[in-house]
This record gives sequence, C-alpha cells and structure tokens, in this order.
Amino acid sequence: MKGGLMRTVRLGVSSLLLHKLRSILTTLGVLFGVSSVIAMLAIGEGASKHAQELIRELGSQNVILRSVKPPEDVVTGGQQSRMASYGLTASDFRRMRDSFPGVVRAVPVSILQQEVRYESRALNPRVLATTWQYRDVTGRPICEGRFLSPDDERSVSNVCVLGYEVARYLIPFESAVGKNIKIGSEYFTCVGVMLPRVPLSADPPQAGADVTGEVFIPMETGIKWFGDIQVKIRSGSREMEQVELHEIYAQVDASEHVELVANAAKAMLARNHNQMDYNVVVPLELMMKEEETKRTFNIVLGSIAGISLLVGGIGIMNVMLATVTERTREIGIRRALGAKRKHIVTQFLVETVVLSVGGGLLGIALGLLIPVIVEKTANMPTIVTPTAPLLAFGISAAIGVIFGLYPAWRAANMDPVDALRHE
Amino acid sequence: MPTKEAAQARDRAGEPVVELTDVERVYRMGNNEVRALDGLTFTFRAGEYWSIMGSSGSGKSTLLNLLGCIDRPSSGSYRIRGTEVATLDDDELSEIRGQHIGFVFQSYNLIAQLNVLENILVPLFYWDEPPPDAEERARMLAERVGLGGRLEHKPNELSGGQQQRVAIARALVNNPAILLADEATGNLDSKTAQEILALFDELHEEGKTILLVTHEPSVGRRAEHTLRLSDGRIAEVTHNREGAST
Ligand SMILES: Nc1ncnc2c1ncn2[C@@H]1O[C@H](COP(=O)(O)OP(=O)(O)OP(=O)(O)O)[C@@H](O)[C@H]1O
Ligand SMILES: [Mg+2]
Repeated sequence: MKGGLMRTVRLGVSSLLLHKLRSILTTLGVLFGVSSVIAMLAIGEGASKHAQELIRELGSQNVILRSVKPPEDVVTGGQQSRMASYGLTASDFRRMRDSFPGVVRAVPVSILQQEVRYESRALNPRVLATTWQYRDVTGRPICEGRFLSPDDERSVSNVCVLGYEVARYLIPFESAVGKNIKIGSEYFTCVGVMLPRVPLSADPPQAGADVTGEVFIPMETGIKWFGDIQVKIRSGSREMEQVELHEIYAQVDASEHVELVANAAKAMLARNHNQMDYNVVVPLELMMKEEETKRTFNIVLGSIAGISLLVGGIGIMNVMLATVTERTREIGIRRALGAKRKHIVTQFLVETVVLSVGGGLLGIALGLLIPVIVEKTANMPTIVTPTAPLLAFGISAAIGVIFGLYPAWRAANMDPVDALRHE
Repeated sequence: MPTKEAAQARDRAGEPVVELTDVERVYRMGNNEVRALDGLTFTFRAGEYWSIMGSSGSGKSTLLNLLGCIDRPSSGSYRIRGTEVATLDDDELSEIRGQHIGFVFQSYNLIAQLNVLENILVPLFYWDEPPPDAEERARMLAERVGLGGRLEHKPNELSGGQQQRVAIARALVNNPAILLADEATGNLDSKTAQEILALFDELHEEGKTILLVTHEPSVGRRAEHTLRLSDGRIAEVTHNREGAST
C-alpha cells in the first residue's frame, strides 16, 4: 500500500463526516480531557512559579524573625490610651549576629511610618531602616545607582534607596538618582533604585493610587532622626504601638544548617520574650512545603485528567464498536474484494485515531485559550509549558490506538461470508 | 504464485482456469452435519460461460463462495490458474480474491460513502502495488457499462440496474480469471435484467470466463452451459443451443 495510508486517512475522514454530529460528540471526552490537562497544568505551573518567586525573594538560606503583635489582652484599658510594646529588640539582633554558629550575617530591619515626598508628590511607603548587608541577604537586584554602603553607615549620612514603584511615582520622567527626597522632615539624597519585587504592569501608577513600595535608609541614620523605637498611632483610635525591630534576617552558611539555626533562634526568643510577639519564618521550609503542594496538585490533576481521558477513550471505543457492527456488510464487501485483515484493522484504527487526535487538537486549542481567559479575568499568572500540548497530543493519539484496537480487531476477524450475509 | 501476466497469457480459451477435485463443504451445527457440497469434481475452462442452477439449498452459493475464495473447502482440492487454494491462509486468500476473482452480488454491495469511480477502484486499493493505470482502467470500465457520465455519483443516486453495472465494472477492474455472479439479476425487473444479461453476453464474446448462479431457467439458458446441482452434487450438465449460438 504505497501512499495508501494517506488514502486510508482520507477514507476514514469521509466515513466520519457521514456522521458529523456523532463524530463530534465522540471526541468531546478527549477534547475536555486534553484541554483540562493543559489548562490545569498552566494554572498550576503559574501559581507555583509565583509562590516560588515570592519565597525565593526571602532567601532560601535565610531564617527570618518577625515582630508580631501578640493577641490582645482580654482586659481592655477603658478610656485611657494604651501603649502596646512588643517585638524584636536590638539585643535579639546582637545575639543572632554574634552567638549563633552558622549565621554568616544578620541584618536588622525596622519599618518607619514616615511620609516620603518629592516636590509636590507624596507617598506613604514602608521606610526600611537597615544595614548595607540587607541586599546581600535578600539578593534583591538594583536597577539604577547603588544600594546603601558601609560608608553611608559610618558617616550616618542622609541617603536613601528607592523601591522601583516609589521612584516611578515620585519622579516619573527622570532618573531618581541624585534627587533630594524628603522623608519625614529630613532631606535624603537618593543613591539608587531597586528592581521591583514582582513583575509590574507596564503602565505607570496613577496619581493618588495606593502605591505600596519601599524606601531604604541606613539603620543609624534612621535612629538618628526617627529614634530607635517606632511608635505607630493607629488612625481613629487611641492605641499606640511600640516596636524596636520589625525583622531580623539571618543568613546561614549552608542550607543543611537552616533548620538548626531556626530551632536555636526559636529557643533563644522563647527564653528572652515573655509573650509570643515574634514569628520565625524559614523560606526553605516554605519552599519544600510548596513543592509538596505542587506534587499533590499534580497527582490530583493527573488523576482527573486520566479519568476524563479514560472516559473519552471508552466513549470512542463504544462508538467504534457500534460503527463496526453497523458496517459489518461494508467489511464483508471489502474482504470479498481482496482486503486483508490488516487493511481492515488499519481502516478502523485510522478512524479512531482521527477521532481522538481531532478531539486532542480541539482540546489543545481550548486548553491554550482557558489560561488566557483565566489570566485576564482572575488576574492569575499562568504558564503554558511547551511540553503540555505535545504531551496532550501524544496521549490523545495513544488513546485512539489503544481504544481503537479492539473494535478494529473485531472488524478484521469477522468471517467474510457471514459479514456479507449481514443485513 | 505465477505472475499476473503469465497467468493471463495462459488463460487461452479451453485451458483450465478453475479445477475442483473431490471438494466437500460440510457445515457442522452441534451434532448435525450439512453437506452443502458433497465430493464435487469439475473443471471450468477459460472463455466458458456457465450458469449454475438447482433448487434452493442445493449448494449453489456455497460453491460460488468457494470459487470466490471467501470460503474454504472442508476437504478436496481447488486450484485456480494452477495455484492450490485449499491450503492457503487468510492473507493469501485475500490476495487471490484481489488478483484473480471478480464477484458480482445479488444485492450489488456497493460501498455507500464512495462514488462510482471509487467503488470500481476498491479491489485495486488493496493491491500491494496498484497498477499505474488503475484510474484509467476504472474510467474505461465505467464507460463500458454505460456509466461514464456518472463517475461522481454515490450509489444511492443510482437505479438498481445502474448499481449492478457499477458492481460488474468493479468485478472486472482487476482483470479476473473468473467472473462470479450470484443471482446478479435477482433484484432487477426483467427489462433491466435483460440489459445486464446482454452485458454478460458481450463479456463472454470478449473471452471472459463467467459463472452465473440463477434460479430462473430463462436466465440459465443464456449461458453456453448449465451445471445443475442437487444436494451438493452435480446432477446434470447441459449445453445450451441458445447460449452457444448467440
Ligand atoms: N453458514 C451456514 N451454516 C450452516 N449451514 C449452511 C450455511 N450456509 C449454507 N448452509 C447450508 O448449506 C446448504 C447449501 O446452502 P446454499 O446457500 O449453498 O444453497 P443455495 O443453493 O445457494 O440456495 P438458494 O437458492 O436458496 O440461495 C443448505 O442446506 C444450507 O442450509
Ligand atoms: Mg444462494
């Protein structure tokens, strides 16, 4: 059969077109199976990648201590104003830095409540007073200029580094480096701009929009101008909060030691704090948990996809068996005219493969469309890996072959005389 | 197996095309045995035109199925163009059918989704190496049976007589050693039947070997010779003036 396969495919397609509706309905199972595989993989991949990025930004070799407002006392203070004092302290930081084997460097962060202003534009971003090592610990990249330096600290200079969003908002059309930025009531020289944390949309933020961003200043400078205890007055209430350090980043020499350091830090904090006003975050653990979640997700996804493809395959097999019965006479005629068993097998197998691959291709189209819609409407990141459509295509072709074999075999093994006599 | 060309060269008038020796076909159903063919020995020669007659159940269809290689004898020998068929496997039988047999059925048996031209081409479709002039051949045959203008029509757009003409063209497309027809006119009105029979007469004139199974004596007499079966045996052989003279 030279070039015969092409003719067989054409023949198969024309047979399928005789029953258009039936053929389309038959492919639905495979269609939805394949499209759900692709769409779910894309959504899962996107969500997981996003989570991984957020975690990686925290640093996989870091242990992060955070101040947490402890649960409210049951007894309220009545009319009098209350001052809640909690959180990490400078001595916690020193202990982390000096007395933990395995901690390479430790970085304190305290977050100031200060207005940031350039000319007429003002914002209320997080102002982070920290040390020059912050960048080494978090690995966050600079987009322009430089980060804080040891010199800045030694000379307690009024310099700041702006987060990308803050720079874009305050000084939209020029480079922010070298500009004098007013933080609180002091002027700071901008020495650099950080890259954004998560990829941003292309449009510049609208004026007055809620721009969350960050501004970095040297720790000592922060203490000099704004004190070493941060008092936060909640608007609309009389409550005040007093926190010394909001975060401590401790970088560990090797991933294997992260857990050790984390446990030691917890023990140390438990000894020195009489309330649960802290929290220990281990990005590595989060990462592993995230991996675990992803694996579970993939298993669930795989099962759903497998079941729907199985159902699709059985649907195809069912219809093909009916077709074989319906076309018994045609099979008899072809056999009487010289068709061998393999010709009949090929003919019916080609039809099921055309059905399932047709369903698979439509499924791929739908499966590529769904992530786009999800991204647009639910604002969730999705990632279509090139292997997903290929995999789906391969699976749908395999389904055609697997579920087509039995009907084709049935067709080919009919006795030609009986088949001819069939009404 | 001899090549097709060699086989055709040997198909000179009078040479044996089909040789049956002690052929039996027994159907077993539980403890019952039906001897549909009971020790048949006969030779059909090139260029002969036979009708096969006999009462219902006498084994005509069984014989034709054997000759057409869609069935195998229970015992005995069956040679077609010198090749022993009785011992061939399924694939080899298919090969013989495609290469050497032309079959015309009572109920036309065209394939519904194929048009006239495609239907005529079906036997060549299964050749390992289809002849290069396949389509030309099919067109000529369609012309020959008077359907040259309807190549694109589907079977359900044709009358019964036209469908049977397509079936005859299809049976001829592989240049068969023998043309077998089982009640080929049974479904047709008498006028159309006459047209089909006239076509068989023409094919006979051209030297084709033809076997025609029929119930009707008038049809049977159109053939050169008549073989009458009874209970799976040869009851009578007649040579018809009518068939021989025209
Ligand atoms: N598949 C079968 N299974 C069992 N018995 C069969 C089978 N086919 C035919 N027979 C029997 O074999 C005998 C010959 O049948 P066959 O079909 O050859 O008769 P026929 O001469 O063609 O009859 P008709 O003129 O009615 O077509 C009958 O007795 C029939 O019952
Ligand atoms: Mg019969």
